[in-house]
This record gives sequence, C-alpha cells and structure tokens, in this order.
Amino acid sequence: MSAPDTRRLRSADALDRARDEERAALIGYLPVGYPDLAGSIDAARVLIDHGADMIELGLPYSDPVMDGPVIQRAAGSALAAGTRTRHVLDAVEALSGRGAAILVMSYWNPILAYGPHTFARDLAMAGGAGVITPDLIPDEGADWIEASEEHGVDRVFLVAPSSPPDRLAHVVSHTRGFVYAASTMGVTGTRASVSAATEGLVERTRAAGAENVCVGLGVSNGEQAAQVGAYADGVIVGSAFVRALLENEGDSSAARSALATVADDLRAGVERSRR
Amino acid sequence: MSTPDPLPVVPELERPEGELRSEAGPYFGDFGGRFLPEALVPALDELRETYEKAVLDPEFVAELQRLAREYTGRPSLLSEAPRFSRLAGGARILLKREDLNHTGSHKINNVLGQALLTKRMGKTRLIAETGAGQHGVATATAAALFGLDCTIYMGEEDTERQALNVARMRLLGAEVVAVAQGSRTLKDAINEAFRDWVANVESTHYLLGTVAGPHPFPVMVRDFHRIIGEEARAQTLEVAGRLPDAVVACVGGGSNAMGIFHAFLDDTDPMVRLVGCEAGGDGVATGRHSATIGGGSPGVLHGARSFVMQDEDGQTIPSHSISAGLDYPSVGPEHAWLADIGRAEYRPVDDTAAMEAFALLSMTEGIMPAIESAHALAGALTLGRELGEDAVILVSLSGRGDKDVDTASRWFGLVGDDPARADLGALRAQARITSDLIDPKETP
Repeated sequence: MSAPDTRRLRSADALDRARDEERAALIGYLPVGYPDLAGSIDAARVLIDHGADMIELGLPYSDPVMDGPVIQRAAGSALAAGTRTRHVLDAVEALSGRGAAILVMSYWNPILAYGPHTFARDLAMAGGAGVITPDLIPDEGADWIEASEEHGVDRVFLVAPSSPPDRLAHVVSHTRGFVYAASTMGVTGTRASVSAATEGLVERTRAAGAENVCVGLGVSNGEQAAQVGAYADGVIVGSAFVRALLENEGDSSAARSALATVADDLRAGVERSRR
Repeated sequence: MSTPDPLPVVPELERPEGELRSEAGPYFGDFGGRFLPEALVPALDELRETYEKAVLDPEFVAELQRLAREYTGRPSLLSEAPRFSRLAGGARILLKREDLNHTGSHKINNVLGQALLTKRMGKTRLIAETGAGQHGVATATAAALFGLDCTIYMGEEDTERQALNVARMRLLGAEVVAVAQGSRTLKDAINEAFRDWVANVESTHYLLGTVAGPHPFPVMVRDFHRIIGEEARAQTLEVAGRLPDAVVACVGGGSNAMGIFHAFLDDTDPMVRLVGCEAGGDGVATGRHSATIGGGSPGVLHGARSFVMQDEDGQTIPSHSISAGLDYPSVGPEHAWLADIGRAEYRPVDDTAAMEAFALLSMTEGIMPAIESAHALAGALTLGRELGEDAVILVSLSGRGDKDVDTASRWFGLVGDDPARADLGALRAQARITSDLIDPKETP
C-alpha cells in the first residue's frame, strides 16, 4: 500500500480525457476474485488495454440485492473461493497507474465492517479513485461523506428513473466524481434495448447540477454504447463482461479474447457516439 | 423496599422517564434507517406518507377494525395453561392465542393493514417473502380477499420443509417462487423480493412481513401488530388482576414480539420484563443458530442498521434453525435498540428445547404451537422455574403448528427411517405428571 499519490487518476480526469477526445468514456465492471484474484486482475487489464477509461471493481457481497443472475453467480463464486475485502484493495493497487481510473463498487455493509474511514484511506493509498455504493443513499451517508472527503475519494451515488427532482438535487449535491444513472428500474443484467427514457433522466440529472453523468444497467454492445454515449458522459458495462468470463470458465486465454472482443465493440461504440 | 426482590437482576433502563412507546423511527437509537437503492426511495416515501395519512383517517381505521373483527376473528383469546404451568415451576402461564387468527398466525394483522394501504396507493400486485410460509399464506389470503395479484418468494430449502404452506399459497391463487440462491432460506427470499420490487415498483407493493427492513416498515409493521399487546395487557389485568411479571415471545425478524411487547414498554414500575427468545439452533456456541442479538454484531442488512450475523468482512453468515420462520440472520432495529438500552432481554432457545416445548404444550393443553412459538414456550418454561410459582408469565402463541407436523414427526421419529432426535415417550411421562386424574406412578 505504498503507491504514490501521483499514480491516482480520479474519475473526473478520466471523463475529461474522453470529453477532450469527443467521445463518452467506457467504464467496465468486474467482480474481484472471479475466476480468482489474479484472474480478475488480469481481466481488468484486458479491459484497460482495450479501451476502458475506468474500471469498477466489484466487492463480492453475500446479499447483492441490486444484482441480476450473471453478476450474482460470478460474485458468489468469488466469495466461495475466499475473496476478502483486502483482496479488493490489492486489486486496486495492482491496476492503478495504468491509465484508467479505478473505482470500487460495494454494498455498504462490507465497508461499514472495514470502517468507512479506514476503507477510504486504504483505497486512496492503493491508488483508487472512488467508490460506488448502490445501497447507500446520501441521507444515511454522513460517515462516508466525511471519510471520502477527508481522503479525497470520489463518492458515487445513484439516481434512477423513479427519482423526482428533489431527490436528484439531493443526490447530485452529495456526489463527487460522477452520478451513476440507472437506465432502468431493475437489477444488473444485459437487456435487448436501453430505455429511451434514459436520456431524459440524464438531462434531469444535469439540470439538478451534475457535471458528469454516467449510465449503467443493461448496456452490453457497441450499438447501445453509441446510443447512450451520445448523451451520457460515460457508459457503464458489467454483465456483458462478466458473461464473457462465465462462458469461458476454465479457459483463461479464451476468456481474455472474449473480453477483448466485447471491449473493442464497446470502445468503437463510444468513439462514434458523438459523431 | 424492604422485601427482597424475587426476580433475578432486572436490566437497568438508561431512560426510565422516557415514553418508549412513542418511538416512531426512522431511527431507534443507533439502529434503523433506510439503507437501500435510491430507486426505491420514492416508493418508501409514498408508503410512509400513505401510512401516516391512513392512520389518521377514521374510515381507514374503521375498515381495519372491521376486518380484524369479522375476518381475522379478533380479539384473540387469552388462555390459561394450567397443566403446562406445572412444568414451568408453577408460574402461571397465560397464552395469547394469535394461533386462532384466520390463517393461523399473527401475520394476518400486518397483512390486512398493508393490503389496505396497497389499495390506497392504487397498486395491483403484492409481493412478499416468507420463511415458514405463514406470512406468505397471510399475504396470499389478503390478495385473494382484495383481488390483487400475488407473488411469494420463498427459499428453496423452506419450500421443502414447509411444503404444506406452499400448497396453501398456490391454492389461494398466489405464485410461489422457490429461491435457489445463497443459503436458499428467508434472507435470500428477501433479496429476491427486493429485486422484484425495484423492477416493478409502479404496480407492486412489497408487503414485508416483519419489523425489519427500511423505514417505514419496522414502525408500520409494529403498529399493525400492536393490537396483540394492547388486547393481551387488558386481558391479563382482567384475569390476573395485575400486569404480568414477564412477557415472552419468539424473535426471528421480531414482528409478534414487537407487537406484544409494545403495550408494555413503559410498564417499568413494577417492571414487566420483556423476554425475546431467539432461535439457538444447534446451540449458539456451534455457530449454527439464528440468535442475532445473542451472537451477532451491529451491521446493515436488508435496508436497516441492526444486529446481523456476519463475518469480519461484513459478509452475512447463514443462519440456522429448525424453525423456518426464525431462520433469519438479522432482527428488527427496534429490538436491537431495546436490547441496547436494556429494556428487553434476548435469550437463545435451541432446537431441542423448542421441540420439547412443542410436544409438551400439545400433550398438556391440547394446543399444538408453531415451532416458532415453541421457542417462546421453551423460554417460558425456563423463566417460570426462575421466577417461581407466584409469577405471571404472558406468552405470545404466535402461530399454530399444523404446518410443522411433518418436521415434528421426523424429529420424534414417527415417520420414515430417520432416527428420533428426541424421546417422545419421556416427554409423555413428563406431561402425565401434570394430570390431576392420573397417578403418574402407574405405568400407562
């Protein structure tokens, strides 16, 4: 945990870089510990090498109420294999300094158990950019807001299609880095199409004061990435990558090449998103 | 006071002057709150607003009272248990008979309240989690009564050990989804219900069945069950001429316990002890149990900060109990708070003690309790021996045991080739001792 602070790329840096290149950013999610710790770090490197601007490292949790079957399966397998919170920090350290901002996506209880201040400190020391907390709303986040502020860690809260203007303003005012806009009412997983209403949600979130809004849930291919990237600052993809890993379980080179194919398609999508 | 206090040490209250009954969330001390996805915040706000308006609306209150009277069959009886009392050191045991409610448990009280709120919100579909199936049956019943669609999530392991209730729910028109994820029990059914809710929140109300979850559920569910304690307090005063020395209830999530405790929260002089019996499973020391307050630590699960069975990384440890309804690794936040301030005490009751009490109440009173409620009865047997024969102990008999006949038959070796876990004959001999008509020395 001796990474110098200069290695840290924050979310806004990664989003600005993509903005300068006139495209949306590509953000890839992978659960730490699947197929094993080294395999998950390796998989994240493939995503970075194939154009991901940010990596969300999922901290596997026993009760993931916001995750669909694909991520549940991979995260459950990671937990069964003994993945610990400290392994997630190890993965952050292994992946920082490679040109992508590294975030952690975690349900609240593991961070609470680790200690919010200690987690923010250790994450920053490992070179991590921030944390996405899908089941923590700012109203319950006083400790986390203080801890993340103190250690310079982005805190990414979520908005949803159901969010009314007062909630959007509330979430936006407490968020640092970017706001995570859920494209649909539901859990993680690939979907045939991304709801047309998502653009409206992004607009409303910007109107509430957000500088950066990234869209997640349901995006799985280049076409969808191009469509969402036209109005969002970043496109978040999870289940499509995890599925590529699951479908090639036990064959790491096939998994790498499947991940690369999905990433290349998505990267091409975000690159044509503003044309 | 010159007379020696016959009671063992009574927990000291940090705030004896306070009106504990007035606590209305979202926090109970350090516990409670709303730890859940932002997407569900508007639905929780709508629910809270609808609830707060409804309880002030005489029409809503009248409708709920009418249903309680004409559909549930309230007030429920308070029964003396004279023969069972003899096994409890002679302490006078009074049973609050929630098992006599329509659908066979206390769960219907909360379900009817929330189903009326569902109609008020203009929603057309109910979803619920269930462990033993009692809450699922009650929810399926309310859905039938009000003409609502209904999906019940139940852990796969629970669908096997509570097959009768699965059939009941299906016969009532509900869809039952067996949840195969995680530990395949109640906590995983709740996860799946949350996933359904977030995807279908426009049309669907999540009819949570216990005093856990995000605000307003802990307060609202408690309030719909408060009638248990209010009736029982008045009935005890009538039959015993005084308040009970202790009120005993089983605690999984803790809904029947909060319901019966609430009326007594401020009865602290003289002190009415509130005793929650958590499921001790194979024994708290084995790690295979559901005694969340006794063996867990503060954390967040399913939307609230409370006690949680968790490892040092905050991962939930699967709970264990012979009782599917108590097999839950967290507990309602108000219980966590009552334990924290010392107003209520929580004791583990292991599978063996609960099954003994199950058989003993059946044999001494002709009342077959739910295995959940049998944990409270076992707690009352111990407490009665501690308090002595002048004590009055009120027990929440939260549900009836028909659904558990299969589990009990296996436990006592009455069916199949499984070896008996306990000797029914020895329990029968114990039960015979309490008879006035039979000389226990005569062999049957």
